[in-house]
Amino acid sequence: MIRALSIVVFSLVTSDAMADALAGPTSRQGLNPIAIAMFLGFVALSLAVTLWAAKRGTRTASDFYTAGSGLSGFKNGLAIAGDYTSAATFLGVTALVYTSGYDGMIYAIGFLVGFPMILFLIAEPLRNLGRYTFADVAAYRLSEVPVRLIAGVNTLVIVLFYLIAQMVGAGKLIELLFGLPYFVAVALVGVLMMAYVTFGGMLATTWVQIIKAVLLLTGSALMSYLILARFGFSLERLFGQAIAVHPKSTAIMAPGGLVKDPVSAISLGLALIFGTAGLPHILMRFFTVADARQARLSVLVATGFITVFYTLLFVLGFGAIALVLADPTFKDAAGNLIGGTNMVALHLADKLGGSPLLGFISAVAFATILAVVSGLTIAGASAASHDIYTCVLRRGKASDQEEVRVSKGAAVAISVAAMTLGMLFENQNIAFIVGLVFAIAASANFPIVFLSIAWRGLTTRGAVAGSLAGLLSALVLVALSPGVWTAALKLGTAPFPYDNPAVFSVPLAFLTTWLVSRLDRSAAGAAVRFAFQAQHVTAQTGFDRPGTAAFH
Amino acid sequence: MDVARILDHPLFQRLAFERRCLGFVLATAMAVTYFAYSLTIAFRPTLLGTLIFEGSVITWGVVIGAGLLSFGFFLTAVYVLVANTRLDAISQQLQEDLK
Repeated sequence: MIRALSIVVFSLVTSDAMADALAGPTSRQGLNPIAIAMFLGFVALSLAVTLWAAKRGTRTASDFYTAGSGLSGFKNGLAIAGDYTSAATFLGVTALVYTSGYDGMIYAIGFLVGFPMILFLIAEPLRNLGRYTFADVAAYRLSEVPVRLIAGVNTLVIVLFYLIAQMVGAGKLIELLFGLPYFVAVALVGVLMMAYVTFGGMLATTWVQIIKAVLLLTGSALMSYLILARFGFSLERLFGQAIAVHPKSTAIMAPGGLVKDPVSAISLGLALIFGTAGLPHILMRFFTVADARQARLSVLVATGFITVFYTLLFVLGFGAIALVLADPTFKDAAGNLIGGTNMVALHLADKLGGSPLLGFISAVAFATILAVVSGLTIAGASAASHDIYTCVLRRGKASDQEEVRVSKGAAVAISVAAMTLGMLFENQNIAFIVGLVFAIAASANFPIVFLSIAWRGLTTRGAVAGSLAGLLSALVLVALSPGVWTAALKLGTAPFPYDNPAVFSVPLAFLTTWLVSRLDRSAAGAAVRFAFQAQHVTAQTGFDRPGTAAFH
Repeated sequence: MDVARILDHPLFQRLAFERRCLGFVLATAMAVTYFAYSLTIAFRPTLLGTLIFEGSVITWGVVIGAGLLSFGFFLTAVYVLVANTRLDAISQQLQEDLK
């Protein structure tokens, strides 16, 4: 029954530095009938939602991509939170706190700071200028074909890399939770996400994300309550017990080895703080609400949710140290945690509420995976269909129906690609992927979106050159970094010493954009600089927004 | 839409200026506190290991970390509050004026 697996789930949420702390053998759990019943219940519910969404109609492009822009800010905020918080965060951050204590908090903070930045820098103009994809914003005044091509390629690169990380993690997790073989687990996730997106479009995807967000928050709040109840609702006593049983003792209450040096700290910080504002699946969610006011509310709800969730994870991690660490029932013969460190949140659920709670939390972890992969798939499908097919290949001549058909086809293709990549990468070291995704988002997408809104002088050539510079430098530097060069390819000491390239690639992208735009003396350059005026009015006021009736 | 007329309208200029200032100030506040925190960890990690008072087990690191998490939410709430009241009022007035 016990089968050793290399640990990969954790790598979804982390850079190499932390993967070391959690490396270790994992093994499959015994079957839990309650977990399977709840898992089947969730699948049934999500498929019912998909059917309902399909009946409501996914015929027009607006319905398919953005649920007709009819969601309330509150629902969209929950969906954004559901899109962003992965199973890897839930299990990985708890596990990170369990092994290293305080370092888990540093990690959680990094993933939160990007959200307020979206609101402060781009959310309102983004809603006012775009319809389906973030490329709409850049293409509002810049030359459509080159800008959409580069934005579409960036989106597909980000979506596919992120999907590899999610699929491999999902496969391992389901293998552990439900005892299914890896390839069956990956195929199951792939088929379900394909069904949600293809039949139910954005409406079904949104509801899967909302249900998941509510389940995840309920699960972690319930567990935190049960933990605190055991310690008389005294944090002092909880931390005291954790310090007493943890081998690192009081060191778990202070920063450990997570941040190695200032350059790495700044680099990861830049990737996280600006990368969130460049993630296509997050940006796309802003088009599902009616106006800038609802867009604001979305960010407020999402930030509130994620803040509470991450704070609770810290309680869960310390609860796991205090309650699971010293309990021999959760250890194998060698004294290691059964199933590996990533399973600590599940052991904690077992300890706190027996099989019912364990079953519930397992099902929540599964729901979490599905919500994230569906969000990625629809973002990839919209970029492939709206940006690349309709606007670049067909020069805007495709009908609405044709565009929807192509995006459904793209969703199927992306799901198949994700399943294939998930199988291929089963035993690869993919610890670098999440860092890479955020670095590409921060260096290739964020500068285009931000500068097209904020800087009159941006020209098409500048945007394309800057985005390409950001994309290529991020890819090359990550390939030369310890995470890929040393850990994945085993080529010895890495030529580029840092795991995250953002400290170089983000400034390079901005600088290239600025320089090329400045040197652009073409007539087209002058025209797009002039067009900034009209764009500025729409961005600030929402008058004459694309896709709505004209203001006057 | 008469772009030139709106651009020259003092209410529009105020709206754009205030929104930009609000976003810029809050984004700077968020980035500065976050990088100050990261760099403290990189340069002076022991600082965050100091206990909040003699005899407690809770460190300043935990308090500051939890504070920083809430600070992000607080700044978001400030933006939403100002935008929903002040900026939307200016926008409304501008719309009236342009009719």
